[in-house]
Amino acid sequence: MLTKRIIPCFDVEGGRVVKGISFVELRDAGDPVELASIYEEQGADELVFLDITASSDDRQTVYDMVAQVADQVFIPFTVGGGVRSADDVRLLLELGADKVSLNTAAIDDPKVISACAERFGSQNIVVAIDAKGKPDGTWEVYTHGGRRPVGLDAVEWAKRIVEIGAGELLLTSMDADGHQTGYDLPLTRAVSEAVPVPVIASGGCGEPSHMVDAIIEGKADAVLAASIFHFGTYSIRATKQELAAAGIPVRL
Amino acid sequence: MAAKRVLVLDYGGGNLRSVARAVEHVGFQPEVTADPRALDSADAAIMPGVGAAADTMRHLRESGLVEPLRKYIQAGRPFLGVCMGMQALLSVSEEGGEHACLDIVPGRVRRLERESADGDLKVPHMGWNSVKQIRPHPVFADIPDESYFYFVHSYYPELEDESLVVGRTEYGVPFASVIARNGLVATQFHPEKSGQVGLQLYRNFLTACCG
Repeated sequence: MLTKRIIPCFDVEGGRVVKGISFVELRDAGDPVELASIYEEQGADELVFLDITASSDDRQTVYDMVAQVADQVFIPFTVGGGVRSADDVRLLLELGADKVSLNTAAIDDPKVISACAERFGSQNIVVAIDAKGKPDGTWEVYTHGGRRPVGLDAVEWAKRIVEIGAGELLLTSMDADGHQTGYDLPLTRAVSEAVPVPVIASGGCGEPSHMVDAIIEGKADAVLAASIFHFGTYSIRATKQELAAAGIPVRL
Repeated sequence: MAAKRVLVLDYGGGNLRSVARAVEHVGFQPEVTADPRALDSADAAIMPGVGAAADTMRHLRESGLVEPLRKYIQAGRPFLGVCMGMQALLSVSEEGGEHACLDIVPGRVRRLERESADGDLKVPHMGWNSVKQIRPHPVFADIPDESYFYFVHSYYPELEDESLVVGRTEYGVPFASVIARNGLVATQFHPEKSGQVGLQLYRNFLTACCG
């Protein structure tokens, strides 16, 4: 049976993991390879690296990191952040990323998604959607870490980008993100039911039961979390055991 | 003893780097090449693959690999096909119309259906799914039955000769996730992305032919 995926997410700046990892004795808490290997061993199903390097002309650091991770990690990983063009995507895939996530570039020019899907296959193309609730119960797409609304309905945008080639969606609730009080279940469910491709729920996870809710009520195919793993509140294995106890198929 | 020649076929598609690293990791020296003549003296050949069937076949033709590969595999020499590298072995793929493939393994590559008895399924089939070992095979050495492997695909192989199936997976339909015959092994999943069990599969395949 296909299992639900548990995906730790790392923020990366200048090729280094930032926003500290504190659950284990590390030789180097910023080393992406060491961290990725630890999570692989703990049973992570995939990894996501989000490049938050402010300067867009400093891409080489992320390229170097991708090559290092690809050489030593044998589970799939996605790279996002600052990906502007089909050539950026090609380079990241060649260096060994399994999937590449686009966000702002897709909003600026949706044709970049269809171009990437045609060249590399939909299965390698993830589109990240950052959404915030509106008073009428719908959700609007935002960029720039939730600061800039772009005037698109999140569910309609999701449908459109899947039609033109997105193979997976990384859906972040900007309302829930950082609060650790649970994923935005209505948003997750609305998007997951609207599209035929897998949806990764993101934003708001504070404990494993939130993942159970995102999967059962939110119909998510995968759940992403950062701080609950990085601060050692829960190990990936313990998290998966809780999900299994709730009847969710996981790889243990 | 001379180093064994383990080819990773570079025909313009596929995650070569991950496959080459997996080969290295289990103690062999990968040789990434698109040269059909390299097959003559190869001890093993691995064909990775992502992308669409039509593109894969076009790249194989342009690289001049079609006939050499047919001869190599039909001679029973060690070959591992991964994902599209498995699907390309069949007769015909329905991906993006009807495309003739290598026709080494009789059968069709068909699209996964979204509708299933358990409700709508997401396509692509993406993530970790279990592989039921239908019959014993050296490639499964030290890999527990029903182990999880990483899949990413929207099409699946439907074989005419079920006796080739050594591993089976369910996603709406049961399909052949591992096939084997003589020197040929092929997997629908990506062993190079399947953690320790995936590396063990590479180790098993390479030890059997190059050990």
